Amino acid sequence: MINVLLWLPLAVGIVGLFLPKKVTGWWATLGAVATLGVAIGMALGFDSGSSGLQYTVDTSWIPGLGVDYSLGIDGLNLFLVLLTTVIWVGGIAFAAFREQERPQLFFFLMLIAETATLGAFLAQDLLLFVLFFDLMLVPFYFLFGAWGHDRSGEGGLTAPAATLKMFIYTLIGSLLMLVAAIATAILSAKGGHLTFSIQELQQQGLGTGSQRWIFWFFAAAFLVKMPAFLLHGWMPDAYRAAPLPALAVFSGVLAKVGAYGFLRIVLPLFPAATIEFQEVLLVIALASILYGSVMAFTQTNVRLIAGYSSVAQLGFITAGIFALRADGADGALLQMVNHGLVVAPIFVIVAILVERTGTEDIREMGGMALRAPVLAALFLIVALATLAMPGSANFIGEFYILNGLFQTKIVFAFVAISGVAMSAYYALRLYQGTMHNRKPDGVASREIGWRDGIVLAPLVLCILGLALYPQLILHRTDPSVKQTVAIVTGGPAPKAQLADSEDGWTGYAPLASGGKP
Amino acid sequence: MNFNAPHIDYAGISPIIALTVGICVVLLSAVFKPTRRLAPGLTLLTLVATAGLLIWQWGETKQLVTGALRLDDLAISISLIAVLTAAFAVLFSIREPAAEEAGSGEYHTLLLGSVLGMVLLSEAYNLVSFFVALETLSIPLYILCATNLRREGSLESGLKYLIVGSLGSATLLYGMAFLYGGTGSTGFEGIAIGIAHGGLTGDPLIMIGIAMAAVGLAFKTSIAPFHQWTPDVYQGAPTPITSFMAVATKAAAFAVFLRFFDVALGPEASDWQPALAVLAAISIVVGNVGALGQDSLKRLLGYSGIAQAGYMLGGIVVASESGVSALVFYLAAYAFMNLAAFAVIVARERETHFGDDIRAVRGLGAERPWLAWPLTIAMLALAGLPATAGFIGKLYLIEALVEGDYTWLAVFIAIGTMISVAYYLRVVAAMWMGQEQPGAVPAIAGASPEADPVDPEASRRWYLVGPAVLCAAATVFFGVIPQPLVDFASHAGASLF
Repeated sequence: MINVLLWLPLAVGIVGLFLPKKVTGWWATLGAVATLGVAIGMALGFDSGSSGLQYTVDTSWIPGLGVDYSLGIDGLNLFLVLLTTVIWVGGIAFAAFREQERPQLFFFLMLIAETATLGAFLAQDLLLFVLFFDLMLVPFYFLFGAWGHDRSGEGGLTAPAATLKMFIYTLIGSLLMLVAAIATAILSAKGGHLTFSIQELQQQGLGTGSQRWIFWFFAAAFLVKMPAFLLHGWMPDAYRAAPLPALAVFSGVLAKVGAYGFLRIVLPLFPAATIEFQEVLLVIALASILYGSVMAFTQTNVRLIAGYSSVAQLGFITAGIFALRADGADGALLQMVNHGLVVAPIFVIVAILVERTGTEDIREMGGMALRAPVLAALFLIVALATLAMPGSANFIGEFYILNGLFQTKIVFAFVAISGVAMSAYYALRLYQGTMHNRKPDGVASREIGWRDGIVLAPLVLCILGLALYPQLILHRTDPSVKQTVAIVTGGPAPKAQLADSEDGWTGYAPLASGGKP
Repeated sequence: MNFNAPHIDYAGISPIIALTVGICVVLLSAVFKPTRRLAPGLTLLTLVATAGLLIWQWGETKQLVTGALRLDDLAISISLIAVLTAAFAVLFSIREPAAEEAGSGEYHTLLLGSVLGMVLLSEAYNLVSFFVALETLSIPLYILCATNLRREGSLESGLKYLIVGSLGSATLLYGMAFLYGGTGSTGFEGIAIGIAHGGLTGDPLIMIGIAMAAVGLAFKTSIAPFHQWTPDVYQGAPTPITSFMAVATKAAAFAVFLRFFDVALGPEASDWQPALAVLAAISIVVGNVGALGQDSLKRLLGYSGIAQAGYMLGGIVVASESGVSALVFYLAAYAFMNLAAFAVIVARERETHFGDDIRAVRGLGAERPWLAWPLTIAMLALAGLPATAGFIGKLYLIEALVEGDYTWLAVFIAIGTMISVAYYLRVVAAMWMGQEQPGAVPAIAGASPEADPVDPEASRRWYLVGPAVLCAAATVFFGVIPQPLVDFASHAGASLF
């Protein structure tokens, strides 16, 4: 079952290469829907009480090098897998409704990307994870470069240059991660049985000295992918160049692989380094929140507003993970799904808007809501979810994150709260600038057609569904998250972890010690 | 009177005999019947026979010719890579102007002569056979580089290679003399015993010998800072010969590099390891940075070869079984990746006016998918991206390096790979993201180095498309199911330790 889930998109993509141009988009959509069906089937059969891996596959892949083909699903990745399959259906269906150049190749690359992303989420072998993590990038390199937009006339880069920049940035991280992954295995084995299995590595443990540098090699890969502040240099150019259907899935899912990597690999394998560098990571996270928000205020390109808002949101998610509390991490996981579900529709809506206005500059847009109430309503739901309106699942996610952060690092929590307020500003600015105000000349305000409605409505329904019942996710993720966090903080249900943080200026002693004086 | 004939293991030297017979037959065939097709056919036949005999000997470990040669899985695996590469080079040479200008029979004889040198070199087990084999390999190559008689670049390349190659050989020979002086033996095992037994660590004679031998071998494997000849010679030589040099010469030279350092100088390992590690690091940086601005694909691959040699040298640096295995794996993967790329370059060179310029592949993705895919896969694999043999090769090397406590060199490989992505992907971008530029339209006056496309239909020729697709398929296959190649490589590694 899990093999079908992983390889079905690739198989569909290969067949699609040989189909006639008109059919291939529908064939790809069908494949994506079938993959979603498999994922839903697996989610239904998921035992929510267990913290262990389910649907596991574990066979030797390269015995000579100790690499296994090992997959599994637990609370950490269940909903990220679902998110991936949902967003890909949206992205592919949206593209299928439109004319694409060289469609066979376009959909082939989209489907390879889905397999690679699912692989990164499902892999339970460190090296397999690294492999899929790198592989994810290759189809997007081609998608952004060959189907992208040339921005060299607008002070930007040509599509090949922008995608190359993204590729090199991301690869810096992932190659260091490859070295780090191998070093982890070899140093953990201590001359004994060499394995890359994440679970076995966790049991073997690693010396604190090695953990330090290996931690940073992994962190570099994940922070670039997110992207976090200072490592986001590739993002503006790549986002401006990318074709929108590909960008929707890229922004919706790939950024989360980085955050997921922290939970799956960094916390369990390098607990000592995690505690040591907790505050550094929190600073990076806060910087991302502040920088991303401020940039989202000032940008006029709608893609970049969405892009920088993602930087801020991913900052939030990182902060939640590095609160090192079960509720913080729970919130981070929920927020990963939420953010994927809001950012993908935003890019779909941006694509729809660009078709109507012929521009990506928010100053030249506006007045859309009058003639297109349905589009406006859908966008409003998405925008309100983005700013974490109470009642939305994003609100629950941010609440959990802040709650976790508040209990361990109260100073950071105060700064992070400002991010919530700022998100209201940029989300509403994006909404108002495009939907309200006076309609500029040359803007055709049309209602969305049924085609785009089919793409958008399910995504918006997911947002609403989660808003009503966030427990759907929290309930299933909680056992695995608790287990992961407990590896770092020790003890199955830590009440007062990080005892040393009470003394620091960032620790709030009464709460950290469980309220007792 | 009793006459004790020395025991000759004919089975062991059968590949060498096959090649020697092949050389004579091909040369004579050119005299008796100068048809175009005969020499390549006979050459291929010889290579197939040699490969068959090598595979027959797989798993054997024995000393031949009173200890001058040693046949083991390392020698066989490297010889197989060389023979395979030569076979592809023969295919690439069909309709190649160089082969016709120099005379098909002579051209192929020289090629086989060089292969003979490689087989001998990979088996060499004492200083004398080492040097003789190296020269048997090199001298035909000097001539082959210059076979494109009407092109100045080719002649220049041959001469340059001759001068630099002789310098390398001389340095190596001088180093060997020192080693013989220091240890009193020419056999590799004898040298090892001499070093270990005499307690000569730190003996200046031996140290000088090792240093000079390392320099000589670095010339042959184009390790920086002894690489300057590589881009020029690669660019000037006829492209089929470039592909042969880039892969087979490197494989054979690395085989003897391995054997010489890990066996003969093994006891001295802690002294030469840091030096070689530094050479590897320099090579990685110089090769990758040098390739960045190159417009000529052959020069680009030349610089990339310098960087790749740096990665591979890492396999020698650790002086361990996994290091040898990793190196052999990488060499095999490198052969597939490079041959796929060269097949496409040869095809486009004959089809367009741009020669080996990067413009020759612009728009290839839409125009000639059967050529564009192999070149794309080759470039991605050389850049070490997953699902290709290149990724597994890097993984193998890094694993060996970390195991051998050379993690910093592994990090260097990672950094080098990052730089390399910029130029490998430039080629990919030209193919898939550039505008189409049909080869039939004449170029702007003065821009074309070649007058006419030699063969406007080259990209439909089976002997170019076939190897390209085959090698690209192998690259992907061994990236997804690497175990057969890992087994192959680990046999080679096990035979040395």
